[in-house]
Amino acid sequence: MADVSISRRALLASAASAVGAHALWRVGHAQVPAQAPHTIVPPDPTKVPGAPLSELGRRSPFERPRRIPVGSAQGSSLAPLQDLYGIVTPADLHFERHHAGVPAIDPGRYKLLIHGMVERPTVFDLEALKRFPSVSHLYFLECSGNGGSSYRNIRPDLTPQLIDGLTSTSEWTGVPLATLFREVGVKPGAKWLLAEGADAAVMARSIPMDKAAEDALIAYGQNGEALRPEQGYPARLLLPGWEGNANVKWIRRIEIADRPFMTREETSKYTDPLPDGTARMFSFAMDAKSIITFPAYPVILPERGWFEISGIAWSGRGRISRVDVSTDAGRRWTPAELQSPVLPKCHTRFRCLWRWDGRETTLLSRATDETGYVQPTLEQLRSARGLGTSYHFNHIRAWRVRGDGTVMFGLEG
Amino acid sequence: MRVAVVLLALTLAAAACGNRDQGAARPDAPARFGFGRAATAEEIWAWNIDVMPDGAGLPPGSGTAAQGVAIYARKCAACHGRTGAEGPFDRLVGREPRSGFPFGRDPRFVKTLGNYWPYATTLYDYVNRAMPLDAPGSLTPDEVYGLVAFLLWRNEIVTDTAVMNAQTLPRVVMPAHDRFVIDNRRGGPEVR
Repeated sequence: MADVSISRRALLASAASAVGAHALWRVGHAQVPAQAPHTIVPPDPTKVPGAPLSELGRRSPFERPRRIPVGSAQGSSLAPLQDLYGIVTPADLHFERHHAGVPAIDPGRYKLLIHGMVERPTVFDLEALKRFPSVSHLYFLECSGNGGSSYRNIRPDLTPQLIDGLTSTSEWTGVPLATLFREVGVKPGAKWLLAEGADAAVMARSIPMDKAAEDALIAYGQNGEALRPEQGYPARLLLPGWEGNANVKWIRRIEIADRPFMTREETSKYTDPLPDGTARMFSFAMDAKSIITFPAYPVILPERGWFEISGIAWSGRGRISRVDVSTDAGRRWTPAELQSPVLPKCHTRFRCLWRWDGRETTLLSRATDETGYVQPTLEQLRSARGLGTSYHFNHIRAWRVRGDGTVMFGLEG
Repeated sequence: MRVAVVLLALTLAAAACGNRDQGAARPDAPARFGFGRAATAEEIWAWNIDVMPDGAGLPPGSGTAAQGVAIYARKCAACHGRTGAEGPFDRLVGREPRSGFPFGRDPRFVKTLGNYWPYATTLYDYVNRAMPLDAPGSLTPDEVYGLVAFLLWRNEIVTDTAVMNAQTLPRVVMPAHDRFVIDNRRGGPEVR
């Protein structure tokens, strides 16, 4: 996806609860106190028995976090970053991006075929995949087009969800691809694998074999349960830290070869044209990035005083080593507190206390990862990539705080 | 006492399994588990649809622009426009700009088959696997070759009489062929 075009409807949905502005400053806009249908709240809950047990839990009717679908059935839906605590994304709020809809797959008929440069071309059903030794890791997953709405034609009425909602973190459980490759016996000279999905796009990407040896998974679990259909049920490729599109969902075939396949998704799409007249391909890793998710549009700060600035940082190259926050438009930077454990290739929650004096200012966050990479400014990134580039928008995000307490996105006032 | 025994057993079990991470094999794992079953030639044939730049994977069959034009009008034009340039979905036809490769510098230029796609074989692979959107995988090899010939002709890359087949398609050199470079970002302090 080159650009997330933000529709008027999406913006309205995002700011739908702005009517209860007094409640906004604390919890973002997921809380909709005025809309709790079919719920009778007693005057004193200690004086009546509560609700009975249930087979399946539900959110409080007072909490209504929602993804925002953008585009058609082939588009994407954005996760409500401003409504989330900590680092984990609830599975039903994990962002979506599919090229031809969500396929319906019967796990009883599921097959993963591995063939090509292998000693033993093999078919694994779901039961076979689950018999292998498994691993569980928390990893972020991010569409490489995430942040596109903050790169060109920047508008002030963007929420964290509309800017960076195409990233999510889950605990993924599955079998290391390396285990499956030992099982089928990879032939000498193998350099690339083709990962192919069972969706109507038959999504296909070429992946270097080194990634399989490093940390790639065939994942079937997400946050303690089976994958959600939108995330690839019953099994998907998971390439920690690499652009979402290469993490092929509903994976049904892996072909091993000595050269890349040059599919549409690694040539005409998901390549990065550069100012020097070339285009970068196989740009898998997601560079370090951060965004403040509170305070952020459409939050209105109710009064001057103490606030906790909070946000997420992540890097596809390893751990976040620090996040610096500026509350004066970049003149001074202060290290934010990083919530432990700080995990590699995973969202990291950062927090920073701030005493607002009531004056106009700009809030910025700047992530650094363990390779020493520092999240660039918008100008630095535009200089390196050009204004026309289509993916990997990891520049510093800015929030403008006005004297009346309103918070708007953007560098300029 | 019983609790202590269970705890001890759990501790020993944890020690036996040890700690491991990422792609490394467990030290106690066998060379092979023997899970899964041998794939049949028919299974591989049915799913092995990819086409590579050297032509590997291209099926028998052929097509020309004259044959492709009717299929295009019937199955593609509604999404990609009467001549391939009108949309509303991806624009397929167009060579602008005639010189240079300004896409990084200038977002105004629309990427097309003619100005951005590096390999002609990718066109076969993609149309065959994913198009048309409402009936993916429904085209015959002759129909795909015909559509590929039509689109390459519309982009002024082959002549209107060119026959596209497993021998000719890999030899088509796309205008953007030499523009692509491998990712040179490596982490560290430099912004690339």
